[in-house]
Amino acid sequence: MNEWLDPLLLSRWQFGLTTVYHFLFVPLTIGLALTVALFQTAWVRTDKEKYLQLTKFFGKLFLINFAMGVVTGIVQEFQFGMNWSDYSRFVGDVFGAPLAMEGLLAFFFEATFIGLWIFGWDKLPRGLHLATIWATTIGSVLSAYFIIAANAFMQNPVGFQMNEEKGRAELTDIWALLTNKVALAAFPHTIFACFMVAAGLIVTVAAWHLSRNQHLDTMRPALKFGLWMMMIAGALTVFTGDSLGLAMVQTQPMKMAAAEAMYTTSTGADASFSIFTLGTPDGSSELFSIRIPYLLSFLSTHTFDGTVEGINDLQAQYVQLYGPGDYTPTIWITYWAFRWMIALGVLHVFTAFVGLVLTRKKSVFGAKVLSGRWSKWVWKAAIWAFPLSLGAMIMGWIFTEMGRQPWLVFGLLKTADGVSPNVTGLEVLISLIAFTLIYGTLAVVEFKLIKKAAQKGPDDLPQPDPETGVRRVETTVY
Amino acid sequence: MDLPTLWFGIIAFLFIGYFVLDGFDFGVGMSIPFLGKDDVDRRVIINTIGPIWDLNETWLIVAGAAMFAAFPEWYATLFSGFYLALLLILLSLILRGVSFEYRHQRPEASWKRRFDAMIVIGSAVPAFLWGVAFGNIVRGVPLDDGFNYTGTFFDLLNPYALLAGLTTLLLFFTHGTIFVSLKTDGALRQRARRLATRSGVLTIVVAASFLLWTTLAYGSFLSAVLSAVAAVTLIAAVLANSRGREGAAFASMAATVAFAVLGLFLSLFPDVMPASNDPANSLNIVNASSTPYTLQVMSWISLIALPLILAYQGWTYWVFRKRVTRAHIESAQAAH
Repeated sequence: MNEWLDPLLLSRWQFGLTTVYHFLFVPLTIGLALTVALFQTAWVRTDKEKYLQLTKFFGKLFLINFAMGVVTGIVQEFQFGMNWSDYSRFVGDVFGAPLAMEGLLAFFFEATFIGLWIFGWDKLPRGLHLATIWATTIGSVLSAYFIIAANAFMQNPVGFQMNEEKGRAELTDIWALLTNKVALAAFPHTIFACFMVAAGLIVTVAAWHLSRNQHLDTMRPALKFGLWMMMIAGALTVFTGDSLGLAMVQTQPMKMAAAEAMYTTSTGADASFSIFTLGTPDGSSELFSIRIPYLLSFLSTHTFDGTVEGINDLQAQYVQLYGPGDYTPTIWITYWAFRWMIALGVLHVFTAFVGLVLTRKKSVFGAKVLSGRWSKWVWKAAIWAFPLSLGAMIMGWIFTEMGRQPWLVFGLLKTADGVSPNVTGLEVLISLIAFTLIYGTLAVVEFKLIKKAAQKGPDDLPQPDPETGVRRVETTVY
Repeated sequence: MDLPTLWFGIIAFLFIGYFVLDGFDFGVGMSIPFLGKDDVDRRVIINTIGPIWDLNETWLIVAGAAMFAAFPEWYATLFSGFYLALLLILLSLILRGVSFEYRHQRPEASWKRRFDAMIVIGSAVPAFLWGVAFGNIVRGVPLDDGFNYTGTFFDLLNPYALLAGLTTLLLFFTHGTIFVSLKTDGALRQRARRLATRSGVLTIVVAASFLLWTTLAYGSFLSAVLSAVAAVTLIAAVLANSRGREGAAFASMAATVAFAVLGLFLSLFPDVMPASNDPANSLNIVNASSTPYTLQVMSWISLIALPLILAYQGWTYWVFRKRVTRAHIESAQAAH
């Protein structure tokens, strides 16, 4: 059989492609649900038109995005069984529980209340209608928790015992599974990153309109809101990333070593963080490198004289523990994904900070910059907020999933042992091509639609009834 | 009742929920070329399921996840075994879902036509293939001693399974057109009713032969009784529809789908995937199931969640109980 018809390789590509793609929409769904809920709350409390306009406007972008999140999510639910049936047999007893809990406790909730929100504008009283978008937000955040708890089991298996006779992992403690320390650290990191991505979108859209001097009465507050959200969520993402890093060093030291491409165990000043490294093509030694001493020690242990284990030592340990094999992830991917995640995330917080300084009400300097000859470039930089934040998010996931390799469930099951034995390379090739074509086409359509809706800006509200003074709130129809 | 039996019941319940609810969504989608004379009509038809298609579809996701948690072996065997069939279903559901949302984003007729076509295909393909899949489960498929399916995609296209597919296709089509007549008014409502009567008669013929085949070849006494009940409610639905009793027709149709699916599940019990080559390789509720601990945890969660789910979904249906009219769509159009 041809080498490129390897079902394992193709299934990995398909899982990576469909999961990254799904996760382009999820953070926006989670982050925009919260944003829309906040704008709508502001409207209900103050009755100011601009907040209703913002609710409707970002609500529209939210919906275009939401549909894609839903339909690409179904693929995720079935893909374990389709392409990774041996994995499913191995972990179903443990891993299935959080997935089913997500469905029963979060998915139904989210799917029901989003429908009520979209179509319920003229059918529900104002307060109740507001409650439906909050319910959607809660549902989406809860759903993220269960998924991350399931994923955390793959990174750091807890709450189970092995049944050698049946050759599977069996759940022994659901509470331990749900309070996995990796889940507790990864959940806030991911959720704040979702808020950060949504804030990025708001800043991008608001900056685009403001740089054209249009929709000022809605886009000015939107920019301010977006920048604050970007600053706070971004800072919290960095902060929680630090605790996730600690948990990672304790549970998957190889991942941290791979993030740093650090081959030998180092202590104190030698445990330096590389900003940029040029190595030989095979990555086994470095030619040129810019490093910050002590930083890696601090990130890994929160002390300056900590010891960080290197790839070669860990590899030797794992061979002892798990038998012969290569236990090293693909270093150039983990190394660069980790760096890009941090760089983009920090750049994001920096952008928010500069934006907040420039848009301060009494800032003479800010006013000068925003009206001066550099203003064009400042706005252009702000418009890049969204792609930067989404990029940071994706890099983070690529890092954490590729850094887990060669394991599917760390220490228990290798990726190569999880693939469906009876699905042929040709079948996976067919599905991979089908997903690529359809997802690719939909990405183009989706991008154009969101861009068009975003560039159109908020709609004017209908005039109030001249006799009663009551403004009819339009509802959505398909 | 022991836990695996309870979970067999819960999964049957979730699939019944899925087929009763998304079943009429499929029918509504497929009815567009037959009932939608102009764009306003087509929008009326789509908006009858606008607020609910997503939550209806979620029943599938939850059914799949519950199967993963309670019967991992069943989940693994079924979805890896029926790989290409399931791929087609997933791609169809993707196209259908985005089309609902994208269709109204641009005014051009060519744009809308494209998404109408995708809704029709995205509804018809799963409506047919779910029948094929369940037909094959009931009929039994070749499994090796690791419970892996050893057949090919084309082995799934046998006469019995194809008849099962045709049955679900027609059942859902009639179910959906009755739903359109229940949720619209004026000329569209009348057209939907007439179409439902015609497709209903055809459905009776096809479904009766399928249920008979199932009962004779694979049925137990209980599944035979349920098939008979399903046949009676189907006839009642068609009669009620032709007399303009839309509510009764819809309820009978929902009961038909529910009894038919329940009948299929009961004809399996206690197997979940019978092996056609060697009964020793069959998956049943014991060798496919998770540990008692996992099932216990999941039972508690379901006990709390399911009543709540039924309550808030019921409330949603209540909120959107009114018929969708042309005037409703036209006033929304005028506002933009």
